[in-house]
Amino acid sequence: MFEAILLTVITAATPLVIAALGELVTERAGVLNLGVEGMMIMGAVCAFAATQMTGSPYIGIVAGIVGGGLFSLLFGFLTLTLVANQVATGLALTILGLGISGQLGESFVGQPGIKLQPIVIPLLSDIPFFGRVLFAQDLTFYLSIALVIGINWFLFNSRRGLKLRAIGDNHGSAHALGINVIRTRYLAVLFGGACAGLAGAQLSLVYTPQWVENMSAGRGWIALALVVFASWRPWRVLAGGYLFGAVTIGQLHAQAFGIGIPSQVLSALPYVATIVVLIIISHNRRTTLINTPASLGKAFVPDR
Amino acid sequence: MRIELQKRARVSTLFSVLSPLLALVLTLIGGAILFWALGKNPGSALYSFFIEPLLEVWSLHELAVKAAPLILIAVGLSICYRSNNWNIGAEGQFTIGAITGSILPVLYPEWHSPMILPLMLLMGIAGGALYAGIPALLKTRFNTNEILTSLMLVYIAQLFLDWLVRGPWRDPQGYNFPQTKSFQIEAVLPEMLASGRAHWGFAFAIIAAVALWFMMRFMLKGFEVQVLGQSERAGRFAGFSARRMVWFSMLVSGGLAGLAGISEVSGSIGHVQPSISPGYGFTAIIVAFLGRLNPLGIIASGLVLALTYLGGEAAQLSIGISDKVSRVFQGLLLFFVLSCDTLIHYRIRLIFAGSQAEAKG
Repeated sequence: MFEAILLTVITAATPLVIAALGELVTERAGVLNLGVEGMMIMGAVCAFAATQMTGSPYIGIVAGIVGGGLFSLLFGFLTLTLVANQVATGLALTILGLGISGQLGESFVGQPGIKLQPIVIPLLSDIPFFGRVLFAQDLTFYLSIALVIGINWFLFNSRRGLKLRAIGDNHGSAHALGINVIRTRYLAVLFGGACAGLAGAQLSLVYTPQWVENMSAGRGWIALALVVFASWRPWRVLAGGYLFGAVTIGQLHAQAFGIGIPSQVLSALPYVATIVVLIIISHNRRTTLINTPASLGKAFVPDR
Repeated sequence: MRIELQKRARVSTLFSVLSPLLALVLTLIGGAILFWALGKNPGSALYSFFIEPLLEVWSLHELAVKAAPLILIAVGLSICYRSNNWNIGAEGQFTIGAITGSILPVLYPEWHSPMILPLMLLMGIAGGALYAGIPALLKTRFNTNEILTSLMLVYIAQLFLDWLVRGPWRDPQGYNFPQTKSFQIEAVLPEMLASGRAHWGFAFAIIAAVALWFMMRFMLKGFEVQVLGQSERAGRFAGFSARRMVWFSMLVSGGLAGLAGISEVSGSIGHVQPSISPGYGFTAIIVAFLGRLNPLGIIASGLVLALTYLGGEAAQLSIGISDKVSRVFQGLLLFFVLSCDTLIHYRIRLIFAGSQAEAKG
């Protein structure tokens, strides 16, 4: 019983963790992409469509990553090349993504999907208590853990990571030092889009293997809040993601038991939790200021 | 090939006017390609999407019905965005305004007084403003990002509405449908003209737009909005308070969204039900930007976006394409508006590989 709940918590947390990690890298480079929800839903529909057409959910995963990534380039072009307002463009990306995915996915509504099967690692999965939870998961879970480790190493132990953080903290100085600000930011945006696409693929191939319009249901926005919650640190994203996963699953179980609270109140819990967490994290102005990438959301036009 | 931006010495007035029109043309071209890709004749599809709804009196009324909430919400949002406060939860403020405005007709269906309608409208405004006050409070008191909080409150408002109409507010004689009793006649916002459905909500929208245009153009408050939006530091030197501006802009936009909500429920639907808006609160964001955050421009852009809703419905009937196309149109439009706005502040130069080498040498 406990193991089963833990498994569902992980499944609910994985898309949040992956999408938030991608956005974390984008924001560390100083770009605020509010279009996570749109890129996520594009990833979900591309992954589902490719899986239905080829029969392989692994091709679906790739399609989700490619779909989310390509879609993010649209944001990149507008905000980095044409220096459009990042907040407005991010909103546009979300609106357009929800529209296009609804249109693309129309013929898939109601079709039974193909679920991405778990990869059971022999021996390790036989470890009592946590073996099955950690070592008999699907590919997206392993990827999410690899991403946390990889991004943490990249940001804080590699030269390129240092450059990326420098751009996010002061794009003027970074440019003066000869770092290509725009190119790095394009790559960071692309990475964020690919991660959001992967997170979307997880939704339509693992979490609920089917296509439902608007199936991301605000998860992209929760992922954005998670980045703030994690104060732009990968390991804290993991912790925050599991916290939100636990709230989501907890309220679902509470609904199933029918403990006399209206289902709508329980459904609202993840959103209320997001607000509460944001209050706790942001109320200390000074620490927020220290943690936030200083150039976040500011446009950069190179002076030549 | 490379794209390079060159800052203009001063803002181009030509492109301030032209950029929204250019965006519209580009959207139409994008739409034509989209219809062609769906296997429809682009010409006739665009005709039934954008021209047909304008040819009959009843559909012009529908246009006003749909434009009313869009304009009301968008003029409020324009104050927010001009002052750099990113309220994107207008959909939630719309919902709460509809709920608080409906308290009287739902709880006192026997109350037949001409007082009821003005009270409902006021309660709707108050409800929307209070709901927008939550992110304002959180931003000023706890430094919380208003984008995320206002959006989370949308989901919460929709769930609250859902609970109300399925629970305490459900009409006991309603065959178990999740909706309230129809409002008494005194609680219905009347039509403006005898010829069709357009209700007074449209008049409210025009009044609100003109009033806010006047404020932005001729009053100190309007200047304050602009200064604080462009530079909080400069605003502080002028003695303006950014904190009070958060409250002002959020309460105004929330109140207008609430008014839109109660007008929609009372003038167009006639009862409360789980779904009262086809995403007006989000589409209004596009309306605000297409109108270049200018209240008078927003009247025009509100009508354009209302047309995409109507066109979607019409095209679904006449040429059998899904009404989801209108969402794609709206998204495309916002994209093109934002990219065309670059032309106002920058000259765009295309630099080809050859000339680049020359420039470097």
